[in-house]
Amino acid sequence: MTGGLLVLPVAGPLLVAGLLALVHHLWPHTTRLDRVAGPAAAGGVLVFAGSLLAATSDGAVPVLQLGGWQPGIAIVFAADTFSAVMLAVTSLLVLVSLPFAAALGEDEDPAFVPLVLVLLAGVSGAVLTADLFNLFVFIEVMLVPSYLLFAAGGGAERLAAARLYVSISLMASTVLLAGVGLLYGVAGTVNLGELAGAAESSPAVGFAGAVVLLALGVKSAVVPLHGWLPQTYSRTGPAVAALFSGLLTKVGVYAVIRLYSVVYGGTPRYLWVIMAVALLTMVVGVLGAVGEHAMRPVLTFHMVSQIGYVFVGLALSTAAGLSATVFFLVQYVLVKTALLMCAGVVEHRYGTGDLDRLGGLVRREPLLAGVFAVSALTLAGIPPLSGFVAKLGLASAAAAAGQYLAVALLVGVSLLTLLSMVKLWNGVFWEPPAEQPGADGDAEPGEASAADGGASPVASALGSRVRPLVLAPPLFLAAAAVVLGLWAEPLLSFSTVAGADLADPAAWVAAVTGR
Amino acid sequence: MTAALVVGLLVASGVFLLLRRGLLRVVLGFVLLGHAVNVLLVSAGGMQRRGVPLLGEADADGAADPLPQAFVLTAVVITFGITVYMLALARAGDPGATTGEPFPGEDADRGGEAADQRTEGGPS
Repeated sequence: MTGGLLVLPVAGPLLVAGLLALVHHLWPHTTRLDRVAGPAAAGGVLVFAGSLLAATSDGAVPVLQLGGWQPGIAIVFAADTFSAVMLAVTSLLVLVSLPFAAALGEDEDPAFVPLVLVLLAGVSGAVLTADLFNLFVFIEVMLVPSYLLFAAGGGAERLAAARLYVSISLMASTVLLAGVGLLYGVAGTVNLGELAGAAESSPAVGFAGAVVLLALGVKSAVVPLHGWLPQTYSRTGPAVAALFSGLLTKVGVYAVIRLYSVVYGGTPRYLWVIMAVALLTMVVGVLGAVGEHAMRPVLTFHMVSQIGYVFVGLALSTAAGLSATVFFLVQYVLVKTALLMCAGVVEHRYGTGDLDRLGGLVRREPLLAGVFAVSALTLAGIPPLSGFVAKLGLASAAAAAGQYLAVALLVGVSLLTLLSMVKLWNGVFWEPPAEQPGADGDAEPGEASAADGGASPVASALGSRVRPLVLAPPLFLAAAAVVLGLWAEPLLSFSTVAGADLADPAAWVAAVTGR
Repeated sequence: MTAALVVGLLVASGVFLLLRRGLLRVVLGFVLLGHAVNVLLVSAGGMQRRGVPLLGEADADGAADPLPQAFVLTAVVITFGITVYMLALARAGDPGATTGEPFPGEDADRGGEAADQRTEGGPS
């Protein structure tokens, strides 16, 4: 594959988004076109990512020096297997999330699909660029539509969460920009290829890079910078939350891994910081979930916890650890989105995700219960599913590196994850709905959904069940979790190549610098 | 030295405003922080050489580094856009935003005028 095509996953979605906006302007009320064009654009990026995977699986690195400037001056796009895997999984998520949003009716705003496509363009650019300032710009391209999508639909609670989300993101972006400026000041370049290993040899560059990593840490929601994520993701629209969970924090994670691998050269000097942060994130996230009592808050705290798992592999900085991280990241993105979609379906149909008010859904919604059970067991890491393969890879890499505390915590946090998932299963699907004593209108004030005075939302929602069409996206993702567990070999081979590239980024650096 | 003082002052006042209550002050704090980072970016190109970075206009030895200036240009545009959006968010949750009631603390005459115009605007 020639490098010139690397601009396509950025330009394609942007172009389609612009055309859709123009069509909406000229001919209002044409959301039908959106429902075709949006998934088509995401599917195009997915096909491109597939061919990129095939082209990079032998270690080749397609490079595009934008504008035809000589290497070192041009803005560089480069793709290795890690980029291609990330591009594939993010475009797949967008492809699956768009029909889900359509089924929940969240795409009625004519701007919805164009905004999601701009978001996809930003994510694609962020995982393909090899220039730090360009990374900042693409992260902004990704965040600006996310601000709009986040607040879409309104409501006082969602607007309050949107204010928090925009403020935190803007703060992190400001720090990121300051870090890029400091890095340029001490190193004289923002080209990641030119910066390769610079932070290993110079403490000043290491400090400037740490400012960038700090900002990316906020974006990827590691403890102690995680507080914003459970507070915001559980208050936006269900489809939007499912989409964001797979895209936004993962770009932060991608950038941290790439920066540490290239700019720091994977130096062992600072690995203890990453390991401490990773273990703390795992434990604090899972303990936070124990204290929550509704579907989405529990799941968003588990997002934090799983980010810790991803960083354990980075903190080992061995080829085995990094490839386990890549595998974990892919399967976790898919399964977490499936879980958040299940929670979204429940909230959409029954008006609440509160465990006390739900119950007994396994009889009413056997398909939904099945999808949720498979996804939840995958998240916990139960054998034949993909979560088990991922956690086994991480644990064996940690044991090989002699990090036995990490191994113990990996297993312990998995048990707590299972506990949490069982709590959700019992509360939502298994136990009969809680009888509300004395059905004489003692529903708590402020709970709008209980309009009929104390009856549980399940009882009051008799009649139509969740439409099977709504369940198709999470069903597909849960099936992917099963397939990736039983037939893990293809993804494992890709993640092995990606891990080896990250452990020794010489080929990537040589391609980017053109030397 | 001057640049360092300016950055320090802007960051200090920006952080002070960020920690206040009220989204309007937070937005102003972000504006100051954004300016601080922009000055930092410009100074990252070196404060000694500040000539026009155009070939043929000045000698290359004294020309400023054009790359941070391009960075700042991009950053200014992004910060501006997000600031406007945050101001919209600050107003959006306020009941006055849709009913035309004056904003708390806003000049009552101006708010009243806006409300009048809205009622005159159309029977819909």
